[in-house]
Amino acid sequence: MKFLPLVIANLGRHKLRTILTITSVALALFLFASLRTVGTTLDAGSQASSAQRIITQNSTAFVIPLPMSYANRLASVPHVTEVTWANWFGGKYGDGKKFFAQFAVDPASYLKMYPEFLIPEEQKQAFLKERSAAIVGEGLIRAFGWKVGQNVTMQGTIFPGDWTFTIRGIYRPTLKEYGDDSFMFHYDYLYEKYPDRVTPGWYIMKIDDPNVAPQVAKTIDDQFRNSSAPTKTGTEKAFAAGFASMWGNVKLLMSTIGMAVVFAILLVSANAMMMNQRERTAEVAVMKTVGFSDRRIFGLVITEAATIALTGAILGLGAAILLPTVTGFGDGGFLPGFHVTTGTALVGGVVAVVLAIASGIFPAWQAARLPVVQALRRVE
Amino acid sequence: MKIPLIYNIRSVIQRPVSTTLTALGIGLVVAVFVAMLALANGFVAALVKTGSPDNVLLLRRGADSELSSGIPRDAISIISALPHIAIGADGRPLLSPETYMVINLRRPGFDEFAVANVVARGVSDKAFEVRRNIKVVEGRRFASGQSEICVGSKLKGRFANVNVGNVLRFSNRDWKVVCRFTADGSSFESEIWGENEQFQNVFRQTAFQDVAFRLKDAGGFEEAKRALLADQRLQVDAHRESEFYASQSQLLGNILRFLAIMITSIMAVGAVFGAVNTMFAAVSSRTSEIAVLLTLGFHPRSVLASFLVESAVIAFIGGVIGCILALPINGVVTSTTNWASFSEIAFAFRVTPGLLLAGIVFSVVMGIVGGFFPARRASRLPVVQALR
Repeated sequence: MKFLPLVIANLGRHKLRTILTITSVALALFLFASLRTVGTTLDAGSQASSAQRIITQNSTAFVIPLPMSYANRLASVPHVTEVTWANWFGGKYGDGKKFFAQFAVDPASYLKMYPEFLIPEEQKQAFLKERSAAIVGEGLIRAFGWKVGQNVTMQGTIFPGDWTFTIRGIYRPTLKEYGDDSFMFHYDYLYEKYPDRVTPGWYIMKIDDPNVAPQVAKTIDDQFRNSSAPTKTGTEKAFAAGFASMWGNVKLLMSTIGMAVVFAILLVSANAMMMNQRERTAEVAVMKTVGFSDRRIFGLVITEAATIALTGAILGLGAAILLPTVTGFGDGGFLPGFHVTTGTALVGGVVAVVLAIASGIFPAWQAARLPVVQALRRVE
Repeated sequence: MKIPLIYNIRSVIQRPVSTTLTALGIGLVVAVFVAMLALANGFVAALVKTGSPDNVLLLRRGADSELSSGIPRDAISIISALPHIAIGADGRPLLSPETYMVINLRRPGFDEFAVANVVARGVSDKAFEVRRNIKVVEGRRFASGQSEICVGSKLKGRFANVNVGNVLRFSNRDWKVVCRFTADGSSFESEIWGENEQFQNVFRQTAFQDVAFRLKDAGGFEEAKRALLADQRLQVDAHRESEFYASQSQLLGNILRFLAIMITSIMAVGAVFGAVNTMFAAVSSRTSEIAVLLTLGFHPRSVLASFLVESAVIAFIGGVIGCILALPINGVVTSTTNWASFSEIAFAFRVTPGLLLAGIVFSVVMGIVGGFFPARRASRLPVVQALR
């Protein structure tokens, strides 16, 4: 530790180079963490979902609705304790540039099914009482500046017409992963306008024991196999994972790019470290002459590399963690709940350590085994 | 007087390790740049090519995708009487009322919930004439009234039971695959085609989703559109088919491009720093050399130019490496969900000569930017001191 001032002095001899190298390491880790977060955010849906909820949808296509009569039949399936349903609305608000999901839900049973949505009790009651009422996530409030009591009009793309809703409540998710950018309104409001077209898009059931989910799913699907609307039933988790898989190779792409970034920066910083050492050949020779052991020289060079890599890592990962909160990037839009997970931060830390070792080890080794006599000849 | 280029090239060769590392760093940035733009290009190209400018696509008024559209059966006869529609060899209008559905197809090798939403398009027998880019490459067209389907060529290898002769089961029915078609790399190649009347039945639809027809006169779009909108019996929007599919690619295309630019510009900063480091080291290790050049009478401006060129040469090598790294990705088929239409679309990375050129230019710019300050330092060296 007493050599720390020496390491710092060495870093300060070429301030510009040190700053540039630290900045590039910081940029690399920022990018790495952000790209990895895209992947974890896509997966978050399935990790955050409850194992006690199962979903039934049309097995042919998820856009084909299921008959209303299934509600009672599903409720009578053993182990099913609660049933609710929802519909995709597909409305356009304003210029339609900012996308958010709208669901027509059976109000009371839906909110009971999802205790993850925290709503003040009086807002909840106001929502339940009024047919044209809506409950929206905090993220949408931030994005559009809506207020409770405000009327919001949307154009229906699937169900034509102008639809006016009154915002009666704001929900906050218990976990970021659930997302706070959904818009929910009464199923009946949709139904009364299109009675011949509207039936539930999918059903959500609560089961009393997560372990029986596969049997319950099979019972349900067998029951409807030969009906006009055969079903596919599975846990919420399985559906969320299936939904994430629709992105196809995006995750692979992101991680490949992440690796390319790390590798590119490794080259840059290894290069900088090597140049540093090459310039200091004479200096190292002098240090050895005055009694620095090979081991100590090795340690000094590695410490220098580590200081650069770790400072860069702290800056880069810190920025990646803070950025979504500061800019509100995670609000609404494509990746709701975008935030750097602890896992990603840890992986970033490991990358920094590897970077420190990989960029420092070769110059350190070179410095340690520097032949003193030869090197000293270059000292003026 | 200018310092000859060979001086720079020799100097570059003098320091093989740091030159290689810097060039590789820049090369990786260029490779990512080219690859990401190739992805965005491929995606946009697939959708832009899907439509034809002399075809018209009718959707229900206000619908922004084929999935959310609906056109009732009685409207079809009104539309088909329109004088603006081209007439086929058999005297019938080139018009295809279509049902459009995205069906769940399982991804082989994953569990049953990892599904892709594949477009099942029910078309009329005229669809193959309306869409000129469709070419049946294997088998024959499906026959009317039979449980037969045609599959786009990009489905092959990505899903089970999609080869000619296979039986594909969906919507509680077995369908015989009787043909495979290509469509110039457009998104039709990611679709399953069958007869509209049958698809309408099995998907329990009461209406068609859209109507596609060929214009009699390629320039007559505006006129046809006016006629359609003026008809009080119809509730439709007329889109030029090419424009409609291009607009479907806008959202994801923009996201991909935005990502490409953002990621590569952050990476580029790192690579430029690498170049700055390398060039500073080059300048400081050649202090006396530069002093000699200045003493010999080379203008400081020539020294500046020379070091800029040297940096550009290193970056150029990097750019070439990057392009070579990115080249194998050309033609690789990947797929993602186009959220604008909620359907899975397969497309190939497209590395174009223009893109490669852009990559090289990008690398040289990085080199020049990174080389500027070191080069300026070189040109301003105090000669007397440096000569010692």
